[in-house]
Amino acid sequence: MTNRVFKLPDIGEGVVEGEIVEWHVSVGDSVSEDDALVDVMTDKATVTIPSPHDGTISALHGGVGDMVAVGAVLVEFGEGGESPVDSVEEKQPKPEKTAEPKVVSEPEPTKTPPPVATEPVAPPPVPAISSPAPLPSVSTPTESSVGSGGKALASPAVRRRAREAGVDLASVRGSGPAGRIRHADLDAFIAAGGMVQGAAPVAYTTRRSDVEEIKVVGLRRKIAEAMTISKRHIPHFSYFEEIDVTELEELRQFLNATKSPEQPKLTYLPFIMMALAKIMPNHPECNGHYDEANGIARRYGAVNLGIATQTDRGLFVPVVKHAEAMDVWQAAAEMQRVSGAARDGTASLDDLTGSTFTITSLGRDGGLGATPIINHPEVAILGVHKAREMPVVRKGEIVVRRIMNVSSSFDHRIVDGADGAALVQSLKRMLEHPALIFM
Amino acid sequence: MTETRKCKVLVVGAGPGGYVAAIRSAQLGLDTVIVEGDKAGGTCLIRGCIPSKAIIHAAERFESLQQHASEGGHMGLSVASDPEIDMAALVGWKDAIVERLNKGVEALLKGAGAELLKGWATFTGPKKCTVETSDGALEIEAENVIIATGSSHIDLPFMPCDEEFVLSSTGALDLQKLPKSAAIVGGGYIGLELGCALAKLGTDVTVVEGMDSILGIMDKEIRRPLEIWLKKHKVAVHTNALARGTEIKGKGASRKAHLTFEKDGEEQTIKVDKVLVTVGRSPNTKGWGLENMGVRMDTGGRFIRIDRQCRTNVPGVYAIGDVAGEPMLAHKASSQGEMVAEILAGHNRDFDKVAIPAIVFTEPEIVSVGLSPDEAKERGEEIITGKFPLAANGRALTLEAEKTAGFIRVTARESDHVILGIQAVGSHVAELHGEFVLALEMGALLEDIADTVHAHPTMTEAFHEGVLKTLGHAIHSA
Repeated sequence: MTNRVFKLPDIGEGVVEGEIVEWHVSVGDSVSEDDALVDVMTDKATVTIPSPHDGTISALHGGVGDMVAVGAVLVEFGEGGESPVDSVEEKQPKPEKTAEPKVVSEPEPTKTPPPVATEPVAPPPVPAISSPAPLPSVSTPTESSVGSGGKALASPAVRRRAREAGVDLASVRGSGPAGRIRHADLDAFIAAGGMVQGAAPVAYTTRRSDVEEIKVVGLRRKIAEAMTISKRHIPHFSYFEEIDVTELEELRQFLNATKSPEQPKLTYLPFIMMALAKIMPNHPECNGHYDEANGIARRYGAVNLGIATQTDRGLFVPVVKHAEAMDVWQAAAEMQRVSGAARDGTASLDDLTGSTFTITSLGRDGGLGATPIINHPEVAILGVHKAREMPVVRKGEIVVRRIMNVSSSFDHRIVDGADGAALVQSLKRMLEHPALIFM
Repeated sequence: MTETRKCKVLVVGAGPGGYVAAIRSAQLGLDTVIVEGDKAGGTCLIRGCIPSKAIIHAAERFESLQQHASEGGHMGLSVASDPEIDMAALVGWKDAIVERLNKGVEALLKGAGAELLKGWATFTGPKKCTVETSDGALEIEAENVIIATGSSHIDLPFMPCDEEFVLSSTGALDLQKLPKSAAIVGGGYIGLELGCALAKLGTDVTVVEGMDSILGIMDKEIRRPLEIWLKKHKVAVHTNALARGTEIKGKGASRKAHLTFEKDGEEQTIKVDKVLVTVGRSPNTKGWGLENMGVRMDTGGRFIRIDRQCRTNVPGVYAIGDVAGEPMLAHKASSQGEMVAEILAGHNRDFDKVAIPAIVFTEPEIVSVGLSPDEAKERGEEIITGKFPLAANGRALTLEAEKTAGFIRVTARESDHVILGIQAVGSHVAELHGEFVLALEMGALLEDIADTVHAHPTMTEAFHEGVLKTLGHAIHSA
């Protein structure tokens, strides 16, 4: 009997090793040809490696998070395989299996992901009163502020007050030990009309001492490495400006109101993309890469805009290529396509590479300012914040205008302060007088 | 033509649910009428909880007197002759307590301003009934009705109670003579409480239970000390045994009940003085016109269907207590009654109890509040538990409460230490339950109890220690 071994195949140009992200099989499993064996992440992509033949797994080599070199033994198959081939030669995965849809990521992250909003606690099921005890069986409790009865953890007096005030305790956050809802939480909740979930935590009697260890692997590790490279190598300087987008907003509203149904809805981003495409020829130092090893700064004619995209799996930067050759509708449609593909995991390698400049927009969580981290080896990044109505002084009068803040970071080795500021000022001029974008 | 009495609130039944509802309703200024065909106080007070506890207490006294009368006495105390039982006098003493409480309830109703009508109500519509009182028939039209008709003993059709040889719990509480032997059909809490009392008084007791264990409402660990006590006191327990019937045979003093039951595919017959049937209770939903009220029943068809505010499907008609669902416990009924009265007075109330405590007054006593460890696990909780024996509690030793091998068991959620359930078994543990149920209602953590000083020397220290044990550092236990 000969155990057949399967080695990590060559999964892409220039790839010499990969990181095991997830095993799909364990020892003893019988697999058929093309069943998924393991996900391996490389510098370029995450690839699902299919089984080369039928067989029973007798050994796996490498744990999640381990790096394996191309050609190293990944899986051993025991007896039971139906394939007559009794060779140690691994079958190459079919090229299309590695090249396309199975590519699930190509992270070249540029910014810290936004904080993950905590979901409000779903109200636990209410037991029917016809059998209130011995305690109704309730589906698995998940929140710490659930008591023995399966309901919000609160004293009878607090529950009574809540009922009288018409407050559902399931939506109140308890600041007491174990999330117990105190009178103060209810006070805060009622006073704020439900806008505040509870009082600030005080005087816990339970100290928490638990530590959860989460292995930083896969995409998370890639993000961490990319961030480290960027921050370690690039002397960032950041620059902030506010932009009056009142006119742009009018134009945007008008276009959205009059567009044909098949055209995409316009946000600010396509206009910003158009403006950048238009002004980049005047700021060539900002649209490029710095190849430190060879001492070369590359300036690109193409304006390939990376769009930082938060997905369930982490941060991705899909790329809209050749924004300079698009109109605003095309830019909007292509941005939707590539960010959608990144979110649902169908982005191709091409969609995820080749950017010359990156835009990061936090949308509704936009805030006032940020210090974006440059998407190495690029030399500049633009952060877009939320537009909001603000009182501003114009011609000696206080008027309400729509203001959007932008933050930018530049690689100070390549881009001087004046040049970076000039880019942002050009952008401001375009966006404040949107007709310029189209002239 | 019959006189018509109109009122804001009509309470049907003056048991622990109804009379509390009526007092609270009258306190809140609502024109309240309460109708009761029997004595005010209901099953609980007249022929249930209270009389049985009186007899259980008397039996305990008798048992300890016997100990003191035995050779050499006990704890240095001895009495010269054997104690004797005058069952009629014992029952008379019990009746005096019942009488006192019954009069007390009537006085409280009157004091609060609720009108007590003695007679049986028959409903002709959702909020309309006729009451046959000693002064003739009276019609009542109410704006709101609270149904609190309670529950009754379940008869076995093949051996109906004659209250002479085949007794219900009611008959068992009015024995004029102590039976030499008794069989208890149905090993639930009612049968076992009476069985323990009879055994202490000297009756040979046999328990016939259809399920595979007695006291199925409690878990195995917690009922174990009771099983041991029964064994020690020579109470024969037949489980998986189905009663088949009773024949009364013999003449004069040798006239006995011959109880036949089937166990392991074989029929056995035992001869006893009395057969006590305690196979459960069923809600009183028949014979008083419930069908004319348009009130919907629950899916099983046994109980009146209610919501969290004890509302039935008919607006203005409420149902509380045993007639409205499990658990059939007096304290649940009282709590619901109080709540409904407040709802009728315009308050915003809702029956949202974390736990309804359950207590069994057997020897040893058993208390359960909240979830047992198994129930918590079934609910998907990651738990920690601690068990503290009464044998390690000083006060328990001075009361000889440790002799029944009791303990207190605490279950808490591992992640945040929220207490999920507390059970106790042991002599005199029933009175400890107040703190248990308060802990659950307040959402207490183990640390809340651990950081509360419990007086020495009391048995409540055992709860404190049980909590410490759950936290892994009990003082008086390894």
